Amino acid sequence: MSAVGTVYFYVCAALALAGALAVVAARNPIRSAMGLLLLILSVAGLFLALHAQFLAAIQLIVYAGAIVVLFLFVIMLLGPSASPPSDRRGVVARTIGGGIFALAGLSAMAAVVRAAAAAHRTMPMPDVDASFGGIDAFGSVLFSDALAPFELSSALLMVAVVGAIAVARGRQGIKALSRSEQEIAHGPPASEPAQEHSGVFRHDIDSASPALPERGQRLGVHEAPHDAPAQGAKESSV
Amino acid sequence: MIPVEHYVTLSSLLFIIGGVGFLVRRNVLVTLMSIEVMLNAVNLALVAFNRARPWHAIGQTYAGGSHTGQVFAFFIIAAEAAEVAVGLAIVLALYRLRRTVRSDEADLLKN
Repeated sequence: MSAVGTVYFYVCAALALAGALAVVAARNPIRSAMGLLLLILSVAGLFLALHAQFLAAIQLIVYAGAIVVLFLFVIMLLGPSASPPSDRRGVVARTIGGGIFALAGLSAMAAVVRAAAAAHRTMPMPDVDASFGGIDAFGSVLFSDALAPFELSSALLMVAVVGAIAVARGRQGIKALSRSEQEIAHGPPASEPAQEHSGVFRHDIDSASPALPERGQRLGVHEAPHDAPAQGAKESSV
Repeated sequence: MIPVEHYVTLSSLLFIIGGVGFLVRRNVLVTLMSIEVMLNAVNLALVAFNRARPWHAIGQTYAGGSHTGQVFAFFIIAAEAAEVAVGLAIVLALYRLRRTVRSDEADLLKN
C-alpha cells in the first residue's frame, strides 16, 4: 500500500511538472491549454491522495470542465492570431526578471528542504476518518463556519459574470448588436440590392461563353502524364 | 505515506514555473494560464497542510477533523473561475481594439 502510494505520488508529481512546463514553454496556446489540463488532472489525483475527494471532484468539474474549455473557446475564437509570431524585443529584461524570480523561489524552496532534512523527521500525516474531505463533512463546514464567505462568493461570481459580459461586448452601440437585434431595433432591413452573380452561380449561362472552360484547356496537362513515367525511368536508370 | 514536505516542494516548483511563465511570456492567454498554474500550486500546498494538521480549526473543532485548508482551496477555485471569465473578456476586448494578444502592445493608457 505504501509503495503504491509512493509511486502514485511521484507519477502524479511528474505529470504535474510536465504539464506546468508545457504551459509555460509551448509556442502554441492550444498546447499550453493541454498542458494546463494535464496539470489539473494530476493535481486532482494528488487531492485524492490527500483525502480531499470533494475538492478533487470540484477541480475536475470547474477547472477541466469550465476553465480549460473557456480557454480553448477563446483560442479558437481568436484563430491564428492567438499565437503571434515571436520577436525578440525586451527578451533580455524578461529573462532577467524571470531569472530573479526563479532564483528567489528556488532559494526559498531550498530553505524548506534543508530545514526538513535538518529536523531528521518529517511532519507526520495523522490518520483521519474515512469521511474526511468527503462531501458530507466538507459541506457541513461550508454551511456553518464558512457560511458568510460562501454566500459572498456567489455575489463575486454574479459580479464577474456581469463584468465579463460588459467588458467582452464593449461599448459599440448599435454595431455590437446581432442582425436579429438590429431588426428589432430598426425594423427589417431594406431588401438586398441585386448582386452580380458570376461563376457557377450565373443565371445567364449561354453556350457561347460557358462558365467552365473545356476540359483539356482547364487541366492544361496534356503532356504531363506521358512525361512522368519517362522521367521516372530516367531516374531509375541513373 | 508521503510526507508533507514532498507536497510543499512540488507546490513550490509549480509556483516557480508558473511565475516564470507569467514574467517571461507575452501572450496574454499564456499569462493567464501561468496564473492558473500558480493558483493550483497554492491549492496543493493548502490541501497538503490541511491533511497534515487536520485538527487545527478556525472556529470549533470537529471530531472528524477540520477542513480549513480545503475550504480555502475551494474559495480560491471560485475566485479563479471569476478571474478567468473577466480575464478572457479583457483579452477579447484587447483583441477587438488592437488585433493582438501581446501584453506589451496593450499600452492604451500610456502617455
